[in-house]
Amino acid sequence: MSMDRREFIKIAGISALLGITGKGAFELLRPGDLDAFEGQEGGAGLRKEDLPKIRWGMTIDVKKCDGQVVQKVRGVCDYLHNIPHFNNKKDEVKWIWGDTYEHAFADGANEYIDDAIKELPFLLLCNHCDHPPCVRVCPTRATFKRPDGIVAMDYHRCIGCRFCMAACPFGSRSFNWRDPREGLKGRKLNPEFPTRMRGVVEKCNFCVERIDKGQIPACAEAAPEVMTFGNLADPNSNIRQVLRVRTSLRRKIELGTEPFVFYLV
Amino acid sequence: MLEKALVGSQRYWGWIIFLLAVIGVGFACWIYQLNYGLGITGMSRDISWGVYIAQFTYFVGVAAGAVMLVIPKYLHHYQKYANIVIFGEFLAIAAVVMCLLFIIVDIGQPQRMLNVLFYPTPNSILFWDMIVLNGYLAINIIVGWNSLLAERKHVPPPAWIKPFIYLSIPWAISIHTVTAFLYAGLPGRHLWLTAIMAPRFLASAFAAGPSLLILLLLLVKKLTRFEPGEEAIQSVAKTVCYAQIANMFFLALEFFTAFYSNIPGHMSGLKYLFFGLDGYHELVPWMWTSITFGLFGILLLLIPPLRRNHTFLVVACASIFFSTWVDKGVGLVIGGFIPNPLEQVTEYHPTFPEIAIATAIWAIGALILTILYKVVVSVRQENA
Amino acid sequence: MYDANKIIPGLVIFVGLMTVPIWSAMGRVVPPPKPKLDTPVIRELAEKKCVEGKEFMKSSHMQFLITWRDEALRKGKRVYINSRGQKYYVSLQNTCMKCHSNKKEFCDRCHNYAGVEDPYCWECHLAPRDAKGNEL
Repeated sequence: MSMDRREFIKIAGISALLGITGKGAFELLRPGDLDAFEGQEGGAGLRKEDLPKIRWGMTIDVKKCDGQVVQKVRGVCDYLHNIPHFNNKKDEVKWIWGDTYEHAFADGANEYIDDAIKELPFLLLCNHCDHPPCVRVCPTRATFKRPDGIVAMDYHRCIGCRFCMAACPFGSRSFNWRDPREGLKGRKLNPEFPTRMRGVVEKCNFCVERIDKGQIPACAEAAPEVMTFGNLADPNSNIRQVLRVRTSLRRKIELGTEPFVFYLV
Repeated sequence: MLEKALVGSQRYWGWIIFLLAVIGVGFACWIYQLNYGLGITGMSRDISWGVYIAQFTYFVGVAAGAVMLVIPKYLHHYQKYANIVIFGEFLAIAAVVMCLLFIIVDIGQPQRMLNVLFYPTPNSILFWDMIVLNGYLAINIIVGWNSLLAERKHVPPPAWIKPFIYLSIPWAISIHTVTAFLYAGLPGRHLWLTAIMAPRFLASAFAAGPSLLILLLLLVKKLTRFEPGEEAIQSVAKTVCYAQIANMFFLALEFFTAFYSNIPGHMSGLKYLFFGLDGYHELVPWMWTSITFGLFGILLLLIPPLRRNHTFLVVACASIFFSTWVDKGVGLVIGGFIPNPLEQVTEYHPTFPEIAIATAIWAIGALILTILYKVVVSVRQENA
Repeated sequence: MYDANKIIPGLVIFVGLMTVPIWSAMGRVVPPPKPKLDTPVIRELAEKKCVEGKEFMKSSHMQFLITWRDEALRKGKRVYINSRGQKYYVSLQNTCMKCHSNKKEFCDRCHNYAGVEDPYCWECHLAPRDAKGNEL
């Protein structure tokens, strides 16, 4: 149930063309024009009709997920993004991880649900919400929403106030309480991706560095039978087809943040 | 006028040196924190704000409390406050400086702080908080300093400060309203997601600020020949009493909404703070002590003979100051993070360096207050 | 002026101390740095040219990198078309440092000379390493 590659490359190609040849050179001379505000798709300077019609989302098939999948996915993500490991919970940094049904669906957990589901690990990550509270509260726009819906972070700009951590209702954000390189010692680093520095917040970036190259997020690539990544804005996309036939849940939908990670049950 | 702070008794200098020593220890810890990161504190992924932000929130209240003297004096021409209103304004200056310092020590990359100005973001409440706090600091410096200058020269204060005085009234309300909005607008943090957060903050501010002011005025009276005036003290005490009653009432309202509605998320924060949750109950004794002290303070202030007795008055004000400090400076911020969004409980224990840094900021506040009050008292003695 | 005998010497001492870095370096001759361009990737290049011209890169690489950073990170514009019409993938670690894989002999030489000893790029971005994992 992985992503339809041909379709993906088509979309990515079109968006890249639009982005680069159309306005690219012009925008180089006008930095800052495209800073995306929440609720103001694309931000100032970009007309709506120019927007690529992309809204990235992900489905996670709960029943196909197990401890091994969690370990594999986490390993891939941790390596690719140089995520530090510390031996204490206090300094913990994580982008994607497994947790129980009760924790994943806190507030909405159904105690009579199938025991099989209760036992399964739920993969948790940033939901890349449509109305992200973290973006709303950030005083420097260090965290912002891209036109394709990805809630991205600019680690160069983050002042480390941790307002976003208080605002995120999903516990998806981590703070670098200490130098992350201390937690990477002795491990193989991914030379193509930076680490972070102490004093900034970080979280899952939906592999934006891969998406911009026309690839899908590494977790979805590593566990194609569990995760489907695709364009929710396209009614014919793979992810829309999956959502048409399967029943899905989203976390804390009552808060109105509109998460774009769907759990298939 | 500042040179008046350079002459003083041995006791005065001993106090200053003591404060400087406390500041020095905290400063060393802060340097350590800058080098290592905020990992030296007890904060964690789950409890991502701790002592620093809690103290910040509390002292915004202390700063806003000054308006309880400014309103009677300038809107109602209550002349009994003429002598003491400047003590309120100078308390506000010290408190706002403390607030700003608590923010600075809390952020992970303080050298990038100006990004808040380089990329102004009106949808962030923190942006507005920065504006109102700095504005309030400026207003109080302008008003306080110029009033004192005028007093020294035996002339009425210049007419142009009038607009600043009137502006300071809504501005004082704004600092604590905006600070409440930092918390009250976050989805998923049920303890904070309450429309009466701003009124609660204001009620607790109008109890905390003036109760501290009474303690300070009585101390100044004891140490110097300055006489604040018994009627003025009694009036401030009544303000404290009413505000604390409102504060306790608002807390009761929170209990009603959470427990009558029986919505688990709304109850869990209060449960953790007052009864314990999932076997975790570290803050329970603190919170009940806060309630007890708060009610005890009200009782003492409500009975006129007790209120007029300065021993009881001091006990009452100290009780209320402590009660509101625990409620806001300990419980409110920590409680908001418990349980975490995944309904797990992580408790929080501030570390020694963290407490040393916070104590140093208290000492900086005390130092500013000492110097400013010293100037006022010296000017008054010179004029007498 | 009251207390001029205290204030004026005080001011002189203050100005003297504040300007220590300027007058202590006066007259000292430091040879200008020669950043090394000899790396395996550069050796292989048919046309030894940077993304933009040498003089421009020398004077403005910092602003240039910041523009690259903001374009890539905030707008997802990962392809840069330079003044010669060539396309480059926008990345400090994966484009700049692939050619300039000798950070110590290229970046650091000028930065040390200019007194910007450690632009804190490297607190996050990984400097190129040799096969043994030592930073180059």
